[in-house]
Amino acid sequence: MKALRKFLDKKKPLFQKGGKFAKLQSSFEAFETFLFVPDITSHNGTHIKDAIDLKRTMSIVVMALIPALLFGIYNTGYQHFLSIGELANTDFLDICIYGLIKILPIIVVSYVVGLGIEFAFAQMRGHQVNEGFLVSGMLIPLIMPVGAPLWMVAVSTAFAVVIGKEVFGGTGMNIWNPALIARAFFFFAYPSKMSGDTVWIAEKADSFSGATPLAHAANLVDVKGEAALSFYQQHLANAWDMFVGLIPGSIGETSTIAILIGAVILIVTGIGSWKIIVSVFAGGYVMGLLFNLIGGNAYMELIPAWQHLIMGGFAFGAVFMATDPVSGAQTARGKIIYGFLIGFLAVLIRVMNAGFPEAMMLSILFMNTFAPLIDHYVVQSNIKRRLKRVKVSA
Amino acid sequence: MSEVKKIKKGLDIKLAGKAEKVLEKADRSETYAIKPSNFPGLTPKLKVKVDAEVKAGDSLFFDKYCPEINFASPVSGKVIAVNRGERRRILEVVIQADAEIQYQEFKKADPKGLSREEIKEELLKSGLWAFVRQRPYDVIAKPKDTPKAIFVSAFDTAPLAADIDFLLENEAEAFQAGLDALAKLTDGKLYLNTNPNINQTKIFSEAKNVEVRQFTGVHPAGNVGVQISHISPMNKGEIAWVIRPQEVVFIGRLFTKGIYDVSRKIALCGSEVKTPCYFETILGASVRNILKGKLKDDEKIRVISGNVLTGEQITEDGFLNFYDSQITVIPEGDKFEFLGWAMPGLQKFSMSKTFFSWLTPNKEYRLDANLHGEHRAFVMTGEYDKVLPMDVLPQQLIKSIMIEDIDQMEQLGIYEVAPEDLALCEFVCTSKINVQDLVRKGIDLMIKEMS
Repeated sequence: MKALRKFLDKKKPLFQKGGKFAKLQSSFEAFETFLFVPDITSHNGTHIKDAIDLKRTMSIVVMALIPALLFGIYNTGYQHFLSIGELANTDFLDICIYGLIKILPIIVVSYVVGLGIEFAFAQMRGHQVNEGFLVSGMLIPLIMPVGAPLWMVAVSTAFAVVIGKEVFGGTGMNIWNPALIARAFFFFAYPSKMSGDTVWIAEKADSFSGATPLAHAANLVDVKGEAALSFYQQHLANAWDMFVGLIPGSIGETSTIAILIGAVILIVTGIGSWKIIVSVFAGGYVMGLLFNLIGGNAYMELIPAWQHLIMGGFAFGAVFMATDPVSGAQTARGKIIYGFLIGFLAVLIRVMNAGFPEAMMLSILFMNTFAPLIDHYVVQSNIKRRLKRVKVSA
Repeated sequence: MSEVKKIKKGLDIKLAGKAEKVLEKADRSETYAIKPSNFPGLTPKLKVKVDAEVKAGDSLFFDKYCPEINFASPVSGKVIAVNRGERRRILEVVIQADAEIQYQEFKKADPKGLSREEIKEELLKSGLWAFVRQRPYDVIAKPKDTPKAIFVSAFDTAPLAADIDFLLENEAEAFQAGLDALAKLTDGKLYLNTNPNINQTKIFSEAKNVEVRQFTGVHPAGNVGVQISHISPMNKGEIAWVIRPQEVVFIGRLFTKGIYDVSRKIALCGSEVKTPCYFETILGASVRNILKGKLKDDEKIRVISGNVLTGEQITEDGFLNFYDSQITVIPEGDKFEFLGWAMPGLQKFSMSKTFFSWLTPNKEYRLDANLHGEHRAFVMTGEYDKVLPMDVLPQQLIKSIMIEDIDQMEQLGIYEVAPEDLALCEFVCTSKINVQDLVRKGIDLMIKEMS
């Protein structure tokens, strides 16, 4: 490591003011601080600092995403071989290799495009490169359909980073979750590649239905009586598969188990807010219960409240998207309200509007927009308490 | 006895090098200095010139905007230097001490028999007033005010803090005299806040003329600001005074002995001290003789007057700061660490559980002054809340200070906080934001706008 350090020290002046590559200072520093935690010490204020920094924080989140990613790789292969009827003849390794070949390019495209833009912006502004995209770059592939054309992934990522983040001033300043901006852009710009039955399974056999449970569920609205029950039995009764994740869907969102492992990592390390995660699930469950009670159509009556929590992107959104500290609510009480409303609205939209089966994305973006308002009221209540104290003592 | 309030939000940082309760002898320091920078917001005006002879208790400089407040020489001797910085700002007034200290004589009297005005006058004349500080703003109290109450915290929960029971050993008489004097200065109560787990000696349990309140729990439970917020939070327009027990003793000595005697025990602690222990010295002393031969020298070190959260870095022949009872020595840590952010981190301390050191909660750490990262914009939320046991929203308050929104600062509780109360917020900050600096900046802005 000494040799590497020496090499960097030797090259550093080239990238500093007056050096040959001074314009690339941000990029150089990004690589340097990636390799070595810098030698900066505190000069005023506390002399010691908590060992945590944004690199550590972000890498913990990426680690928490790994189970979902690994399962996504397996499931991609699994769904493909299932659809062509070859599952029994394919061994585990081949399934994984197939999945890897499909997914790796999407991850690479997401990181290369996103980081490229981040570096360019940091360079232009003379800022340091922020670590935020380490997480976004992994989130984006996991919420894409496996059949997404790479150029569309690239365009969506570019849109998310530029319009979702950099125009606001970079990581920490954005008002919406950048990864969800990418997905929303994809959803509205290229709807045919983000919905329907064909995009969720790689190289699907035509005869095989590739609809996600959410799409099936949406069909329930128009089915009545006995037919509805049998439709439910046929397509939606296998809750165990949904929980494990062996269903069609976006790459990383299908397995509730893998997502829960991630949730445990986030909560134990203290990086993700348990308040948000728990309240999102609570909100979704309560809305599901309400629908069960009210009834009205088969979707509302037949799907048990708990099943909403394991279908589609609900769990993934609750654990990895809603918890984004920048775009979410910031106060302790605000987080609970914010999370609850996300879950509540997600199930509401999902059931009421068949056009948006994947309501989690919209619900989180919607609540991102309102998070400052929620915080405003929490802050106001603190202020009012303070004012009241003055009146009491006066 | 009143109920015990347990402070749950906060963080005890366990550092290696706690001082043993042993009083060691060090060579007497030859030079002493009083630094105006120890008093935030002060504009000093010199009263002495270089080469002047002073006695202990003679005024060296005073507050330009409140000339009654004097800052006295801790020892007798000759003023040998007035060191100035940028724009001729006075940095320190240095005194070469006599072999035997000559004391200026003040009135010796039982404070119980004196009026409020007489006590104030004595404190102002002798320079002891500078120890009486006020909330809001954490600055020296204004003599014309009458505070709603006076608060004394009998324990310090900061990392490696000096044991106040030990500092006050054999000082019971002076401590009580000091309390008697302070009690005269307020129409409200004189609160003595103790911790039943820390304060074991009789000096606090037998103190008279005070209202005792009990606190336990994690740092910042010992911060007087936190205690005030649980006893009687600061509202707009209110003033409370605070003072530390060591300084109450100084006031007591003025009335029992009639002199300005600011000799004190200090703790020499930290991982880079060979045998951490206590020393007898005098306020403002040069630390050179105290440190001589006491430090490990295998690495570049940092000497701090005060504790690692709120103290100030001084050189190895620098001077003890006015209000400090400890010197902490830690490694400087100005070195690169290969992939440091990715390592398991068994030697690293973090409030989060992102490093595996959380598996060993009772370990004592040898922490250095490295930032462990770079400055960033706010990303994480809720971290500050976990370490501030007050009904204040720290992150929102800091943001209001950043944008210099006076109204919002006031609404969010700028009157209730001192920089030291938010020191832990700064410690845990993932984005390495200088929280204490910002709080001080906000306070300065308030003082400017409100006067």
